[in-house]
Amino acid sequence: MNIGITLIIQMVVFMTVVLITMKYIWPVILGAMEEREKQIADGLAASDEAEVALKKAQVEAEGILNEARTDAGEVREGANKMATKIKDQAKADAIAEKERQMAAAVAEIEQEANRAKEDLRKQVSSLALAGAEKLLNKEVDSKVHADLLNDLVKEI
Amino acid sequence: MSEASGGGIGGYIKHHLTHNTIQLDEAGSMFWTLNVDSVIYTLITAVIFLGFFGYIAKSVKSGVPSKAQNFIELIINFVNEQVNDLFHYKSKVVAPLALSIFVWVFLMNFMDLVPVDLLPWVGSKAAGIDYMRVVPSADINITFGMSFGVILLVMYYNFARKGPVGYFKEYFGHPFEAPNTAGKIIVAPFNFLLNTVETIAKPISLGLRLFGNLYAGEIIFMLIAVFTLGYGLEQLMSFGGIVMIVAQFLMGLMWALFHILIIVLQAFIFMMLSIVYLAQSHDTGH
Repeated sequence: MNIGITLIIQMVVFMTVVLITMKYIWPVILGAMEEREKQIADGLAASDEAEVALKKAQVEAEGILNEARTDAGEVREGANKMATKIKDQAKADAIAEKERQMAAAVAEIEQEANRAKEDLRKQVSSLALAGAEKLLNKEVDSKVHADLLNDLVKEI
Repeated sequence: MSEASGGGIGGYIKHHLTHNTIQLDEAGSMFWTLNVDSVIYTLITAVIFLGFFGYIAKSVKSGVPSKAQNFIELIINFVNEQVNDLFHYKSKVVAPLALSIFVWVFLMNFMDLVPVDLLPWVGSKAAGIDYMRVVPSADINITFGMSFGVILLVMYYNFARKGPVGYFKEYFGHPFEAPNTAGKIIVAPFNFLLNTVETIAKPISLGLRLFGNLYAGEIIFMLIAVFTLGYGLEQLMSFGGIVMIVAQFLMGLMWALFHILIIVLQAFIFMMLSIVYLAQSHDTGH
């Protein structure tokens, strides 16, 4: 057993080892560990936040969806109403048009008939006049007997 | 075991307990005798420690760690917890010091689990080295080298944190305290005596504890190794010889398993006491 220079050398080596550990090993590895710890903590916090945000967004989405649903219902209802209205309007229009055309046709027919009647009357009156002329053999002064003729025409 | 066959059991053990030395002065004094084997194995273990940890530190990342990095982080986390428990001051030295001690001393102690004859046998066959002790922590120079290193640091902090006057006051004013000046003068010699004993005992107990455990462990391994010493191959092949081989194997196994506990425990104790001593040197609030 000898105590001596080996001890001194070991002291120097020991301090060197500690110094190297202190400078190049401990801070580097511990720094990485602490950084990871922080990253994990940040990640957890972020995930918590995200969860809250997700819940909020879900509620919001639900609200928007409900609103949209209501809106859509309203729109559909309005559209249905509008369609019915348009249909009714169209029906009414068509009926009115039909009646109008029918009335016009009736009026025209009446007019035609009146004209035919008038023609007939005139022809009958001139026929009657010619007959009377022939009967009397003398010319009837149309001017003198205009009133008479007219009465006749009206009677026919 | 062949190289010790000449000296019997005593010779074998004596041979194994002899350091490979170089005399550095002419006179052959004890001080200048260098234990080459201790220094070399100390350096090898230091290089293993620094190399492994340094390699990990170089490629360390804060993302998902590799398995090796995970292992290193486990150790560092463990040491860091111990330091945080015992040492409540800010210091850049204490935690790395604790880590160095724990891992390095463990590696030194671990050399004890290498079969006791293996490395000396390789050394003698390969390089003709006669003497080799492979467990650096079973050399009192090595353990004292570390404990004195720790105590030097403790003394430095005693002076740096408390100042010469504060340290002086603590040295003479504790553990016995007196309310007035006369009382203080009376208790001062006793305090001085106690503190001196404590100051001397700290590094010696720290170094001797590790040394004693490992030295004893080494000797027990040697005693188990001498079980079949001196028997020729023919005797060993007999029934009695086989029984002895089995017995030696079982005893060696049992002691090695038990010794695993001791080498970790001793490294741990050395580390913890170093932290405690350093914490005491930082305590100014006496």
